[in-house]
Amino acid sequence: MLRSSFVRAHRISSTATAAISRYALRPNGNTSIRRSLASSASTVAKAVESDDGLSIETHTDVQAANKEQTNIRTASNSIKSTTDGISSGTTALNHAYRENTGYGTRPIYLDMQATTPTDPRVLDTMLKYYTGLYGNPHSNTHSYGWETNKAVEAAREYVADVINANSKEIIFTSGATESNNMVVKGVARFYSKTKKHIITTKTEHKCVIEAARAMMNEGFDVTFLNVDANGLVDLKELEDAIRPDTCLVSVMAVNNEIGVIQPLKEIGSICKKHKVYFHTDAAQAYGKIPIDVNEMNIDLLSISSHKIYGPKGIGALYVRRRPRVRLEPLLSGGGQERGLRSGTLAPPNVAGFGEAARIMKTEYENDKKHIERLSKKLVDGLLANDHTNLNGSALHRYPGCINVSFAYVEGESLLMALRDIALSSGSACTSASLEPSYVLHALGKDDAMAHSSIRFGIGRFTTEAEVDYVIKAISERVKFLRELSPLWEMVQEGIDLDSIEWSGH
Amino acid sequence: MAAAPTRLQSSKQFNNYNFREYFLRRSRESFKQNMTLQKPEEVSRAFLDAKEELGILKRQGVISQMYTFDKLVVEPLDNKHH
Repeated sequence: MLRSSFVRAHRISSTATAAISRYALRPNGNTSIRRSLASSASTVAKAVESDDGLSIETHTDVQAANKEQTNIRTASNSIKSTTDGISSGTTALNHAYRENTGYGTRPIYLDMQATTPTDPRVLDTMLKYYTGLYGNPHSNTHSYGWETNKAVEAAREYVADVINANSKEIIFTSGATESNNMVVKGVARFYSKTKKHIITTKTEHKCVIEAARAMMNEGFDVTFLNVDANGLVDLKELEDAIRPDTCLVSVMAVNNEIGVIQPLKEIGSICKKHKVYFHTDAAQAYGKIPIDVNEMNIDLLSISSHKIYGPKGIGALYVRRRPRVRLEPLLSGGGQERGLRSGTLAPPNVAGFGEAARIMKTEYENDKKHIERLSKKLVDGLLANDHTNLNGSALHRYPGCINVSFAYVEGESLLMALRDIALSSGSACTSASLEPSYVLHALGKDDAMAHSSIRFGIGRFTTEAEVDYVIKAISERVKFLRELSPLWEMVQEGIDLDSIEWSGH
Repeated sequence: MAAAPTRLQSSKQFNNYNFREYFLRRSRESFKQNMTLQKPEEVSRAFLDAKEELGILKRQGVISQMYTFDKLVVEPLDNKHH
């Protein structure tokens, strides 16, 4: 078996060389194309040679391409440094990478609010349902269905356990976005005859804000609550906003951009007092901060699996049973999941999600200790630089999410200079556009501050060496970028930037 | 706990830097934690848990070697360090 795949690999490499030599024989062939093809052929050949018997290895092509690129880049650097000692305009590049130092090239992952790596223990659970146990969990007539149904119910138990809920109150969805839409649209539509008002905040995730906006088109009133400079909701303002026809209050537990924890228990008791349903988007909070749906009077709660080291493409919604919360389903169909979310469940995803939830509970103390330690180190290291500040409340926060502003540096250009660290300047949904974060705007930050902020996410698999590397890299490159900036020069000279009248606007 | 040294060895099999470091750290920590266990039922449960985890680590370590990716910028390229 091993030998046959070895032979096959060799055959592939020899056909590749044949193709290239045929190409090279053509007259008027572009020399640079020929050279690059030849070099890629040599890397392919090398990969086969360096193979130490494990020919089942599946190197990605990206890896070969990256290696090649690195080789070319380092070769050109060394040529330049030997021929002339004068700086050759590649300093910016040198600042953006650490190359040819005997280390790898793949960036450090520090964007845990966007998504987390799948835990190997989760994958181990899932693989069974991708190999042998492929039954439809809703098939009641045979053992294939029974075995997957058993796994689904076990997973439901684990998911419910983390927030002290009953497993019957958990509904599996495709993710927190679907859960949030289901709540905002479903609850509002169910009670639309008597109640026409929804309350939410300005720092919610896009999916809640957009769903609420969609309900405005259906004739609902929506109040978007302001937050203070720390990112916290004013409880007095919330209570005043509740009207007799309010059906839902939706406040997120942990903010995805600034990591601020809202006072869930207080909001829950206000909602209970006024008999309004309380929904919280706990995508970033589930399993990471203590949540008890009964103690906090939470009626609906959205969960996402891929934020807790589980598989992507699945999430859940907690819907309280006593007193019962009614909502209109988004999807019509076979009536699975108490009729609230039709569609066949994906047992691999559900089982993986359940295992991820179980691990979140058993590893809670260890993860908390680890993340708090690294978070403290990172915050202290970053704030040691001049003109930096932490966004959001310093006290009411989840330590794994750190949002820092670097004044007089443009956030996106800093991210460009940090090619060896995977970071984001805000939520992944808005990272494609260059508009400043609406969350930081809601905190009262100006455009310049909102543009120069970066979010760092620390998780279970982050190591101390990575944090050390990040602190060093950020400090160096912030200094470098500020030296390029005329604004920084003016600040150093003591000019107040607000006093300048900019022309050309 | 006889499973501990093997758990360390299996953790080292991970090609992925973050998973390797995590399981090395956790194996050491849980070994130290379980050293103080006295009650026989606690000891036997810890042993069963460790055994189960060893199975996971062995399987996932092999999978991690089959699907390899570039090394991270904090990872030395020569494997002698590990």
